[in-house]
Amino acid sequence: MTEEKMLKVEKIRRGTVIDHIPVGRAFQVLKILKISSDPGITVSIAIHVKSKKMGLKDVIKIEERILDSSELNKIALIAEGATITIVEDYEAIKKFTVKLPDIITGILKCSNGRCISNMEGSVKPSFTLISKNPLSFKCHYCEREMETDEISDSIL
Amino acid sequence: MWLNRDIVSISDLNVEEIMEVIDRANKMLPYSSSGHPEKPLSDKIVATLFYEPSTRTRLSFEAAAMRLGARVLGFGALEGTSVSKGETLSDTIRIVNGYSDAIVLRHPSEGAARLASEFADVPVINAGDGAGQHPTQTILDIFTIWKESGPVSGKGIGFVGDLKYGRTVHSLSKALSLFDISLYFISPEELKIPKHIKKDIEKRVPVKETKNLDEVIEDIDVLYVTRIQKERFPDLEEYKKVAGIYVIRPSLLSRGRKNLIVMHPLPRVDEIPSEVDNLPQAKYFKQASYGVPVRMAILDLILRGD
Repeated sequence: MTEEKMLKVEKIRRGTVIDHIPVGRAFQVLKILKISSDPGITVSIAIHVKSKKMGLKDVIKIEERILDSSELNKIALIAEGATITIVEDYEAIKKFTVKLPDIITGILKCSNGRCISNMEGSVKPSFTLISKNPLSFKCHYCEREMETDEISDSIL
Repeated sequence: MWLNRDIVSISDLNVEEIMEVIDRANKMLPYSSSGHPEKPLSDKIVATLFYEPSTRTRLSFEAAAMRLGARVLGFGALEGTSVSKGETLSDTIRIVNGYSDAIVLRHPSEGAARLASEFADVPVINAGDGAGQHPTQTILDIFTIWKESGPVSGKGIGFVGDLKYGRTVHSLSKALSLFDISLYFISPEELKIPKHIKKDIEKRVPVKETKNLDEVIEDIDVLYVTRIQKERFPDLEEYKKVAGIYVIRPSLLSRGRKNLIVMHPLPRVDEIPSEVDNLPQAKYFKQASYGVPVRMAILDLILRGD
């Protein structure tokens, strides 16, 4: 194994590896996971990594943190198809691809400023998936459809 | 199937259900001015909660409830209510839920009726939520077409004026696209029907978009006119240029089909001059009057069932 290759695939003891992130989206993933505000976590980021499947991809390794389903759904909003590997004791104990659920609740806010879900604090915003490509969701309350560019700005 | 059902969005109803409401509204028509002799809702209380003023809608709901024998409580302005003290919509709904058998809600926020329906056990009727849905208006428009022009299927239906901001046009054109019709959207460039609505409608029915009403007037059976608002234009001159094009004059109507009808959600400004009011094509006052039988039908269906 070359030194360069070792750097990229170096194993972590425990944590989460997010692979096959569409190139250029790694920093968006970090932002929605609010990684930057937690100094106790070691994170390795590889961007513009050559990939047979994707041409170029981004990869993130987060040590000592196992992502929950709400976080995985958020990742799906900007990097559907990313591969998640959960690592314990240097072994991959779980590997799967993130998929967009048909209904998402509590991870996205409605981009319509006049929507009741932005007015009443107790309301959990909820959306139905309309289309994956281009990505589009319909608000359960105001019925407005949100397009791709609005979605990444509205992740909670 | 109807008992206790919420009426939040027209998209919750299919064609058969819309036609069931229309059929019931037609049966209610004779009672909409004299009252139902059996007073079928005499043991019911209908709450009308109007968070923003809309006199016509509120009065027609209240008249509809009273014509069926129901009693009515609620508010038409926020002054003096707990809402003005900062109570949330969900709390107000929880409380009123205990006082009434149905809640009619008008609210400035889009989606408010959907939210209310989640907190109420009694059925909630959306009487307009901001720029969102106003399903009873949509049904009364379809009732007007059916009553004044015959079966909806087979018709050429044209919308003219502000097709961008008018929620009436968005909901109605979507609902009409469930029928076998042709749609014509006539508007200035600045006020065209939003792309996502047109795209959705085009999946079901043929659509023609044009700036020129003259070009399509002969293909239309129902002309739905909307007001072009001055404030939509940054430049007053631009507004004047555009607004004048779509004035519905008797000379234009004389070139239309023999049974052409003209509708308008009202209030109008000068897009339909008063000399049209007495022509056989003018149906907008009739349209407004159908608010009562249609709302009677809906109250009757959700409070007494099929």
